[in-house]
Amino acid sequence: MSLIKDLTKGIYHENPVFKLVLGMCPFLAVTTSVENALGMGAAATFVLICSNFLVSLFRNIIPSKVRIPCYIVIIATFVTLVDMVMNAYLPDLHRSLGIFIPLIVVNCIILGRAEGFANRNPVLNSIADAIGMGIGFTLAMVVLASFRELLGNGTWLNFNILGSAYQNQPLLIAILAPGAFILLSFILGFSNILEQRKGGRQ
Amino acid sequence: MNSAVLLSTLLATPDSGSPGFDLGKMMAIIIASIFVNNFVLARFLGICPFLGVSKQLDSAIGMGAAVIFVMTLATLGSWTVYNLLLVPMGLTYLSTIAFILIIASLVQLVEMILQKYSPALYSALGIFLPLITTNCAILGVAVLNIDEKYSLGYSLVNAIAAGIGFTLALILMAGLRQKLELADVPPAMKGKPVAFLVAGIMSIAFLGFAGLGG
Repeated sequence: MSLIKDLTKGIYHENPVFKLVLGMCPFLAVTTSVENALGMGAAATFVLICSNFLVSLFRNIIPSKVRIPCYIVIIATFVTLVDMVMNAYLPDLHRSLGIFIPLIVVNCIILGRAEGFANRNPVLNSIADAIGMGIGFTLAMVVLASFRELLGNGTWLNFNILGSAYQNQPLLIAILAPGAFILLSFILGFSNILEQRKGGRQ
Repeated sequence: MNSAVLLSTLLATPDSGSPGFDLGKMMAIIIASIFVNNFVLARFLGICPFLGVSKQLDSAIGMGAAVIFVMTLATLGSWTVYNLLLVPMGLTYLSTIAFILIIASLVQLVEMILQKYSPALYSALGIFLPLITTNCAILGVAVLNIDEKYSLGYSLVNAIAAGIGFTLALILMAGLRQKLELADVPPAMKGKPVAFLVAGIMSIAFLGFAGLGG
C-alpha cells in the first residue's frame, strides 16, 4: 500500500516542479520541444532511480557527516553513464540537450530525493519514490514543452498541428527564454486557482 | 614541461594558436556572458538561488559576491585539472565527477572562511551557501569553458563575467521583489508565479541585448 502511495505522490500531490518548485534550471531550459523534454525526463528518471537505489542500499553505511559528497559522487557516476550512452546512441538529442546532461548532477530534485527520502527509507520504497518523482518531473516538462512548442513552432512532437500558415508567423517568444518564465508563471498560477477551488469546496 | 612552455599553453588562444589575449574577443566574451547570454535570464542556470535569495537586496549582494568568488576559483580549478590532468591521462570522461568534487570542496572552504571572518554575512546567507554546490551556474560555467575550448585566461574572464551577470540579475530581481511586496497581486499569483512573471519580463528586456557583440 505504502509502495503505491510512494509511487503516486510524485506525480501530482508532491509534483517536484509544480508543488515543490525544484529542478527549475533543466525544466526551463530544455522545454523548447516535447522531444527534448522526453529525453531529459528519461535521463533524469534513470539517474534518479539508480541514485535512490544506491543511497537507500548504503544508507546505514555512509557516515552522516560526509553523506552529501557521497550522494554527489553516486549521482555524478550515473550522469556520466547517461552522458556516454546518449552520446553514442542518440547524438542529436545529446547535442540539443547540450550542457544540461552534465548538469543533471546538480539537479535539486535528485539530491533532494536522496537526502529527503532515500536515506531513511527501504530500497523498494525509494525506487517507487524515484519512479514517481521521475514521471512527475517528465510530465511537468512535457506540459510546459507542449505549450512552448505549439505556440512557438506550431508543432507537437514534430507533428505539424497549427499548419504552415501559423508557422510563417509563430508566437516566437514562447520558444525563446522569456516564454519559459511567463508560461510557467501562468501554469503555476492556474494550479493555485485549482487548489483554492478544491480548498473552498471542502 | 618548463615554465615558459607551460605559460604559453595556458595563455594560448585555441583558434589562432597564438599566445596572449585578443582584446576584441575578450570584450565579446564579457558582453555575451553578462548581457546577451545572461546566465539566469537566457541560459536558465542558477534559477534556484535566483528565486530563493532575491527577497532582500542585502542577501542578494552577498550571494552574488559569493557566486562570483566561487565561480572564478572553480573555473581555475576545473580548467587546470581538466587540461593538465584529465586530458594528458585520457580521462576526460571523468570530467563531470572531477568538476563537482572541486566545486563541493571549494564551497566548503568559502563557507569556513566566511564563518570565521564575516559571521554577519554567514548568517544572512544561511542555508544558501551550501546550496552553491548545487548551483548549476557554477558547474555550468566550468563545463561551458571546456566545451568552448577557452584558454585559461578566457575561461577566467568568462567566469567573472558570468558571475557578474548572475549578480546583476539577482540584484535587479531583489529590487523588483521588494517593490512587489507592496503591490496588489491576485491571490493565485502571489509568491512564485508572480516572481516568474517578473523574471520573464526582465528576460524580454535582456533579449534586447541580442546581436550586441554576441
